Amino acid sequence: MNVTTDLANSRETVRRSGSRQRAAKELCYGLLFASPVLAGYLLLVLVPIAASIYLSFTSYSVGTVPEWLGIANYKNLFSGADPFFYPAVRATFYYVFVSVPLGIILSFFAALLLNQKIVGRSFFRGIFYLPVIIPLAASSMVWMWLLQPDFGIVNYLLELLHLPTSQWLGDTTSVVPTLILFSFWTLGNTIVIFLAGLQGIPRHLYEAIEIDGGSGFHKLIYITIPMSSSIIFFNTVIAFINGFQVFVQPSVMTQGGPNNRSLFYVLYLFNEGFKSSRMGSASAIAVLLFLVIALFTAMIFFFSKSLVYYEGKGEQR
Amino acid sequence: MRRNLWITKSLVYLLLVLGSLFCLFPIVWMVRTSLIDIGALYQIPPRIIPEILHWDNFRMALDAYPFGRFFANSLLITTLSILGVLLSSSLCAYSFSRMEWKGRDKIFGIILTGLMIPFFVVMIPQYVFWNALGLTDTFVPLVAPAWFGGGVFNIFLLRQFFLGIPRELDEAAKVDGAGHLRIYGQIIVPLAKQAMIVIGLLTFLASWNDYLGPLAFITSERNYTLMQGLTLFQGSYSAQWNLMMAATAVIVIPSLLVFLIAQRHFIEGIAMTGIKG
Repeated sequence: MNVTTDLANSRETVRRSGSRQRAAKELCYGLLFASPVLAGYLLLVLVPIAASIYLSFTSYSVGTVPEWLGIANYKNLFSGADPFFYPAVRATFYYVFVSVPLGIILSFFAALLLNQKIVGRSFFRGIFYLPVIIPLAASSMVWMWLLQPDFGIVNYLLELLHLPTSQWLGDTTSVVPTLILFSFWTLGNTIVIFLAGLQGIPRHLYEAIEIDGGSGFHKLIYITIPMSSSIIFFNTVIAFINGFQVFVQPSVMTQGGPNNRSLFYVLYLFNEGFKSSRMGSASAIAVLLFLVIALFTAMIFFFSKSLVYYEGKGEQR
Repeated sequence: MRRNLWITKSLVYLLLVLGSLFCLFPIVWMVRTSLIDIGALYQIPPRIIPEILHWDNFRMALDAYPFGRFFANSLLITTLSILGVLLSSSLCAYSFSRMEWKGRDKIFGIILTGLMIPFFVVMIPQYVFWNALGLTDTFVPLVAPAWFGGGVFNIFLLRQFFLGIPRELDEAAKVDGAGHLRIYGQIIVPLAKQAMIVIGLLTFLASWNDYLGPLAFITSERNYTLMQGLTLFQGSYSAQWNLMMAATAVIVIPSLLVFLIAQRHFIEGIAMTGIKG
């Protein structure tokens, strides 16, 4: 009896010290395997953010020594001494607050259509997704040609139908609406995410409504939309985050013009940093963007826990 | 009731066809314009299908700038990025899913939020950093991020995939004396082939289509990517839309081909990453 417990005890101690050793070894290997992303996080995210914050309080351009300015860069932006800050904020807000809600509604609607039982469904899905894979710089060029005021096909077709034509990208009032229209062309990602969500809605809920004699409209209002609330929310926030960073389209198509009406925030940031070589001021602009995006990201994490319903997720596991 | 159903069905088809036209027409018009001569550009009414196809537009467009070189640059950057992402993100995902170490999930959470930071926020310090190392105007700043995991979605998606692989497989391998590297290379990665393909494809698109990265880091013309070549072209041939569309088509075709070959993977991949990201 005694002998066996002794044996068990000593085995226990051997196992324990062995497991501690093993844990240390696992920690080493674990960190080693994770080291690329750990190093990347440090070098490409954490240090740069700290540097951005520091540089935003200095006057710095490449090759010079950063000179401490305090909050002068920020003051310069908010006081309007920099003539481009408020136009950039205004253009971006205009773009984002119109294109995001409309884009969400359109893509949700498109996902509903693509989720019907119809012939050629996967073909249609492919077509709706296709614009996403075209390089944005290339499609911007194509749209410039389509919307060319004098010889573009869009104005030609409008004339044919006796509808009013437009200067599109060439006019101060129509440039942002035109870019919003173009943003609808690349909704494929959002549509596909909505589609995946719609497929996660349990069928028995619809059957219940059918038994009660409800119409398709009832299904939409009482099941589809509430059951998609999590994904609608997710897509909306992601669309805002992406919308604040519209760059390629104005950079290729308008360079911010006419009259700075399409000088979106990050285009302004890029110009300030790389064209005017005012990296300190550009850092201040970047820090403000960081704050806005951090706020929206926090919203995803905060609301995804309380507000929304995740049955689809539970079913998939 | 039945008649109603029929009306709804036709309405659905009508809307889908209209949406498809909206999505497809710009691409069709690009191809059409790339094959006409300069006179036909300003012809009214425009012909949908041109009478004579001017294939030499492509030669003229490509001869105007060293597009061959730009193409090679883009190809090199994209290939190195795909290799880097596949290797580094799978190693990291292995560590965060199949290895037990203290603080693992906490660190994963922190990295997850950190990697959501958009490039614009860190662009200027990154430039300063690469510049200090003398590596601006090389491909290093464009390829390096890929070797550091290449973004939150990749690691998240792979980790999710790895978590679904039964534990017993590793344990059996461990009993046979296999180390982590062996388990990773011979069991986990082959089983996650599907997810690796998706990540490879998404990396291809992100890297091949990247416009901002080269614009920020590449300055001399011999290091330009195709996207930069296109803007160069735009600067000097702004009225010759037929040549411009030919140059644009050359850039679009590789993306189109990859999409046509692997369409299913793309859509599944977006759905997977989208919901869970």
